Amino acid sequence: MVPLWMYLIVAAGMFSIGVYGVLSRRNAVAILMSVELMLNAIIINLVAFWRYVTPTNMSGQAFAAFVFVVAAAEAAIGLAIVLAIYRNRRSTVVEDVNLLKG
Amino acid sequence: MLELNPQTIAFFIFAVFGLGGALGLVTTRNLIHSALYLILSLFGGAGFFVLLSAPFLAAVQVLVYIGAIAILFIFAVMLTRGMTRLKEVVNRQWWASAAVGAILFALLLTGVILPVWGDGGTNPNQPPTDLVATTEDLGVALVDGNQYVLPFLVSSLLLTGAMIGAIVVARDQEVS
Amino acid sequence: MPTQCLDILNTPAACLISSGIDPGLAEFIGILLGVLAVSIAPLVIVIGLIWVERKFAARVQDRIGPNRVGPLGLLQTVADALKLITKEDITPAGADRLIFNLAPIVAVTSVVLMWAVIPFSPYHVGVDLSIGVLYVAAVGSIGTLAIMMAGWSSNNKYALLGAFRVVAQLVSYEVPMVLALLIPVLLAGSMSIQEIVNSQRGMWFFFFSPIAAILLFISTQAEAGRAPFDLIEAESELVAGYNIEYSGMKFGLFFAGEFVHVLTNGLMLALLFFGGWVGPFVDDAPLLGVVYLFAKGAVFYVFSLLLRNALPRVRIDQMLAFNWKFLVPVAIVNLIVTAGLWMVVRQLGIAPGAGFENDFLANVPAAAIMFAGHLLLGGIIMTMVRNAGRRQRAKDTTTTALTVADDQKMVTAQ
Repeated sequence: MVPLWMYLIVAAGMFSIGVYGVLSRRNAVAILMSVELMLNAIIINLVAFWRYVTPTNMSGQAFAAFVFVVAAAEAAIGLAIVLAIYRNRRSTVVEDVNLLKG
Repeated sequence: MLELNPQTIAFFIFAVFGLGGALGLVTTRNLIHSALYLILSLFGGAGFFVLLSAPFLAAVQVLVYIGAIAILFIFAVMLTRGMTRLKEVVNRQWWASAAVGAILFALLLTGVILPVWGDGGTNPNQPPTDLVATTEDLGVALVDGNQYVLPFLVSSLLLTGAMIGAIVVARDQEVS
Repeated sequence: MPTQCLDILNTPAACLISSGIDPGLAEFIGILLGVLAVSIAPLVIVIGLIWVERKFAARVQDRIGPNRVGPLGLLQTVADALKLITKEDITPAGADRLIFNLAPIVAVTSVVLMWAVIPFSPYHVGVDLSIGVLYVAAVGSIGTLAIMMAGWSSNNKYALLGAFRVVAQLVSYEVPMVLALLIPVLLAGSMSIQEIVNSQRGMWFFFFSPIAAILLFISTQAEAGRAPFDLIEAESELVAGYNIEYSGMKFGLFFAGEFVHVLTNGLMLALLFFGGWVGPFVDDAPLLGVVYLFAKGAVFYVFSLLLRNALPRVRIDQMLAFNWKFLVPVAIVNLIVTAGLWMVVRQLGIAPGAGFENDFLANVPAAAIMFAGHLLLGGIIMTMVRNAGRRQRAKDTTTTALTVADDQKMVTAQ
């Protein structure tokens, strides 16, 4: 099989790209998409470590399943907030959302 | 060191999907294209799960991530249509963000991946056994009192809460 | 993969090996034949399906239908396909060219991929995945994506409206569909479709949980976008919905995808609830299983045609209310009731399982208990629906009576 470090490099790359997206994009939807990318990189890491370290113990896959749940909840709530903001301020650019900024 | 068998080729194809999709996602101007790149990247992830003998997670990835979450993103992009073609895609600190991303990648490389690299050490580069727990074991683990039944129940509460919260937040105030 | 050679039709790879061909090559030939059969068959069958559909609709509407090209108009669809191929390939101005061209391919792929896990007989199956049922649901959800891509990339407001409806409809109806798919998984104790079919040798799962079969039929009907749930392409409201800008063979691909989807849904219903390839003499001649499976699938296909021609289209709010206020609650209650009855049957020690899977009579008591339980549940649901309908009608009549009185007041005032 492919050695473990190759999976880890791909996952690390996806995570770093996701971090860049979260920090640099202006549109809230794009930021949420980058967050999903980071969560997906985490799942790949969990499953890869599970397969290469403890393949007979279910902890890795079970945690991956919980990350799926969190990702789904995060997407639903995040997009609801984005839609609410868009309805009030006609914009999804995060810099325009500064009502709480004195 | 790497023999060229179908599994390796498949790994590289999925790696290109995953990383290429990720790069496309953060660089594309058009948000619908971004969402489609996200789907490409998620497909790469699903392929990895198949290679890592976790077929259940691969199917869930396609069903939940691509079939529901990504569709939800496309839907949100379409609902906020005025925002699809922003002139300035990235903010003024994008170079700092790129630096943070690169530094993070370097840290991950040196901190996590270098120790695993090579053959020595306690961390194996090959799986210890070909014996792999099946989907049935995962199902049992999720409802076993000694394993994950509590997190499983809590996650169902989280989903219910998220559903109600999303409806409350996104509801049109004028209608009510 | 069976390893011994029984007969060239059923175990080609094993027979080629025994006839002296290199094992690797023989395996490859076996897989290649399977892939070709599974991927080409649906696209060839669709030619016949379109003819059946047109003839059927014509008979319902007191017409003759296609009758010019070939005997009984059998070659009409071939002629139509040739016409579609020679048509000009138009991409609308302002369309997103890559996504526009990719969408029909994704639409057909998502349906044809389902055929990879359909077992046609005890031996003829593309691949017997351990997560077969989940795979079918996952691959089917890619179809939503294709329609979204088509609707958005066409740069046309009707197409976009169609795409919006798709999200509402397909994502909603996926919930009762997956809840209904859980029932055969629960009864067979496996997600592999071949395993599910094998455990129906004694008794079809339909008799263990008829409500789940009906739920699956309704929700897959909506998933395929067929009447009465064909709001996706409501001709009279949206012109044609998401595929309005498509012409030539690209439109043909969407069309073919829809037809294959309906047939695949019929096959899935036959496999999960009506025993799939199980039938008399199927162990002696496995290829008979193909006939049984397609005969059962054809019954549901014709039933779907009948519904399409008999029922009017529902409104979008009715469609969503029907799903969230009726199908989803019923599916959840049905899942709980089926699991409870199954536990009762198992406690009584008459559950089908080790020992008498193939015995029809031994399965009768268990099936009788579960069928009776479901009849009771169905009766309760129907009574509740009837009472709700009566209340609604009573409310409607009072409001209309009021408006009539108001009208008369207006008239007298004038």
